[in-house]
Amino acid sequence: MIHFDCVSKRYPPGMDALSALSFTVAEGEMVTITGHSGAGKSTLLNLIAAIEKPTSGSVLVAGQNVGSLSRTALPYLRRRLGLVLQNQQLLFDRTVFDNVMLPLAITGFPPKEAAQRVRAALDKVGLAAREKALPIALSGGEQQRVAIARAVVSRPAILLADEPTAHLDSATAADVARIFHEFNRAGVTVLIATYDAQLFPAVRSLHLDHGHLIPSIPEHSLTRASC
Amino acid sequence: MLNTWLHQHRLALRLALRRLSKTPWITLLSLLAIGIAITLPVGGQLLLDNARQLLRNASTTPQISIFMATSARRATADALSAKLNNHAAVARFQFLPREATLARIKTNPNLREVVEALPDNPYPDAFIVTARDDSAASLDALAEEFRQWPDVAHVQLDSAWVRRLDAFLRLGRNALALLDGLLAAGLVAITFNITRMQALTHRTEIELSQLLGATPGFIRRPFLYFGALLGLGGGLTACVLVTLATWWLDRPLADLLYLYDIRFSLQPLQLRDTAVLLGASTILGWLGALLSLGQRLRRT
Repeated sequence: MIHFDCVSKRYPPGMDALSALSFTVAEGEMVTITGHSGAGKSTLLNLIAAIEKPTSGSVLVAGQNVGSLSRTALPYLRRRLGLVLQNQQLLFDRTVFDNVMLPLAITGFPPKEAAQRVRAALDKVGLAAREKALPIALSGGEQQRVAIARAVVSRPAILLADEPTAHLDSATAADVARIFHEFNRAGVTVLIATYDAQLFPAVRSLHLDHGHLIPSIPEHSLTRASC
Repeated sequence: MLNTWLHQHRLALRLALRRLSKTPWITLLSLLAIGIAITLPVGGQLLLDNARQLLRNASTTPQISIFMATSARRATADALSAKLNNHAAVARFQFLPREATLARIKTNPNLREVVEALPDNPYPDAFIVTARDDSAASLDALAEEFRQWPDVAHVQLDSAWVRRLDAFLRLGRNALALLDGLLAAGLVAITFNITRMQALTHRTEIELSQLLGATPGFIRRPFLYFGALLGLGGGLTACVLVTLATWWLDRPLADLLYLYDIRFSLQPLQLRDTAVLLGASTILGWLGALLSLGQRLRRT
């Protein structure tokens, strides 16, 4: 589903955020990306969502080389992804319902069906009762769950989450982790960048150290090819 | 498919209206700025139309006088009569037989003796012609044509004032076209800037929408409605301002002209002009937003 082939990302004036990364994530798999702050976790997710382009190498998502996508093709790639960003980026002038509705409004979903989907997504993250609230009235954990509902409402094949449990107390963090597991069980390919891999036990982990992939076990889909 | 399209446009329109109503003072002042900018050329057009109307009412229509040779026979004059009758460019004409002119002159006691002292009737047969088109060029052409006719001794056209009027109106039209162009550019600039500020305010929303797979068209749509609504609102403001000004000036102007023995009333904005004005201001507002957004989206 996701394939990195000798991917490097260099920021001027010569700082390597990612160096010669090669790995594959299978369809329906759940993978965590771990590593210290500044190890390149966010950069890796940004490359998948084509928020940034690799300096060299290729990133394939469902067989598409996302680094060479045209500006007009980009929106259609993004619609297949669910993104949970580090700062939730909720729109604070709109209700929870409207925030979760946004991806469906963008794709031009029929309004009635869209409303049902929004309620289903909010129900899944346990916020069915708060749909009329403004995000400012929610706790950090609730805001995070709204962001997750927004990421999954269009039923994407791939879910990317950047530190979804940061700034959450352990009970709430466990709750959020459980939600991701549920989506994965429903067949969604899930990639989570996290400093706390213990929230996701029995999940393959890609460990980054200063932009390099550190091999771990099991390593069935990890290839250390020479680039 | 059509439903989805309509729904997306409805959403964009609702969003634009909400943004306008969220900052009522800025919206109001923007509408006033656009409205006043449009009022100038529209008011100018109105004045020009009224001036044309006024000049046409106040002056006698220009006429062409045709004097036959005194030697001409009545049959020739009758033939010219028939010709004028069938002439497409002639609205109406009057035939003045030389006998009638002589008789009229004789009613003046001072001239009577002089005229009676002459052996022959000194007056020729004459025609006074009113043309259908009173522009200087066509009057000139018509006079020239009459000069070629048989036994026509003299054709007189008092076209000086027609030329002056024409020149005056042409100047007015050109000045107005210049003003139109400048203020259209002004309107685009105003909506460009307001839209730019809007885009800055909603930067998070634009960036987020891009991340969620929004096409540039989707992102642009509410801003385009925003610009078009500003233009439309500005146009309506201008209509109100012009109507108020017309109402305010009509009475004193009528009173003034009455002193010159001219009955006149300012013509308000016509329905067709209003429609053109609103259409143009809406399109210009839309254009300002489009240019502003195009620049912004290329950079992100």
